[in-house]
Amino acid sequence: MEIISKFLEKNGIVFTFLVVSLIIYFSELISVKATNKKIPGSAIAIIIGLFLAYVGGVATGGEKGIADIKIFSGFGVLGGSMFRDFAIVSTAMGASFIVIKRTGWAGVISLFLGITLSFIGGVFIALLWGYHDAISLTTIGAGACTYIVGPVTGAAIGASSDVIALSIAAGVVKAVFVTIGTPFIAKYIGLNNPHTAMVYGGLMGTTSGVSAGLAATDPKLVPYGALTATFYTGLGCLFCPSLLFIIMKIVFV
Amino acid sequence: MIIYGVGILAFCYVVGQIFGEFIGKLIGVDANVGGVGFAMILLILINDWLKKKNYLDTSTEKGILFWSQMYIPIVVAMSATQNVKVAVSSGFMAILAGIVPVLICIAVIPFLAKISKSSQID
Repeated sequence: MEIISKFLEKNGIVFTFLVVSLIIYFSELISVKATNKKIPGSAIAIIIGLFLAYVGGVATGGEKGIADIKIFSGFGVLGGSMFRDFAIVSTAMGASFIVIKRTGWAGVISLFLGITLSFIGGVFIALLWGYHDAISLTTIGAGACTYIVGPVTGAAIGASSDVIALSIAAGVVKAVFVTIGTPFIAKYIGLNNPHTAMVYGGLMGTTSGVSAGLAATDPKLVPYGALTATFYTGLGCLFCPSLLFIIMKIVFV
Repeated sequence: MIIYGVGILAFCYVVGQIFGEFIGKLIGVDANVGGVGFAMILLILINDWLKKKNYLDTSTEKGILFWSQMYIPIVVAMSATQNVKVAVSSGFMAILAGIVPVLICIAVIPFLAKISKSSQID
């Protein structure tokens, strides 16, 4: 037993190829047999992934889901930001530059609107929960953008660590919610063309959520959504601790 | 050769991401600003240019297409490494603070899509 687990640890990423291929195989099977293809196999696979992440988190108390269990540490490499971004870039092969150019400005508007609306939404919830100081409100509002904007903003403006933790949690909830929700709401919001996908990526901003959600909806849309979403975290880190914080300080003293 | 395709992709990734890092530094932000986006645009442009010059053979193309096919498996691995426990156990407030902004943004999508689409026809 020990020989096997040591071997799997050492060959983490290859073992991950095997496990992920099995997850996808069974997800396709469930999709066809149990849902008559109504729920796409990739959506089921992603939900299984999230479930495994929860199991890993409960089992180890760590932060990296299933990757904290030693024999599954390869998940951390394959699912890390390097391979994710590398694969996202490759999807651009199927993207049309003409469409991107034409939708460009709508993408820019959606980015600014997405950051502002998410921020306001987060601040509103924080207010309901009794936070009244500009620093906490700004940090939680920033967390509602993405789980990177939250801690970056909190650290910049001097928020307490429990508020920063809250902002990270809000961002993670957002990523998970967008991942699971996208394929289900797609048809109600007309998310079936590159144009809307770019607007969607800019509004939601969570690169992991948007790209996983679109992959489960229609893989052809991934490059468009990812293209705008990739600017969101950077812009959020720019605006939340500066302009939006100043506005919050004026409003909430 | 397949490795040429992988190499082209890696070139776009490296150049785009470094550019994103520099932009982040330039505007004083501790994050990569649009690195992936720049890399994608670079890949589209290079791909276009190579096709026009007829330098792109199928095996080179396969080196790039392989990775776009690996995208969903990578996303599955990524979702398996999210901090889902924190998301679930952090209490109602964090859950609402994550979900409500998404709902607000979803509400404006049809509107945004419409105004930008109608202006395209002009």
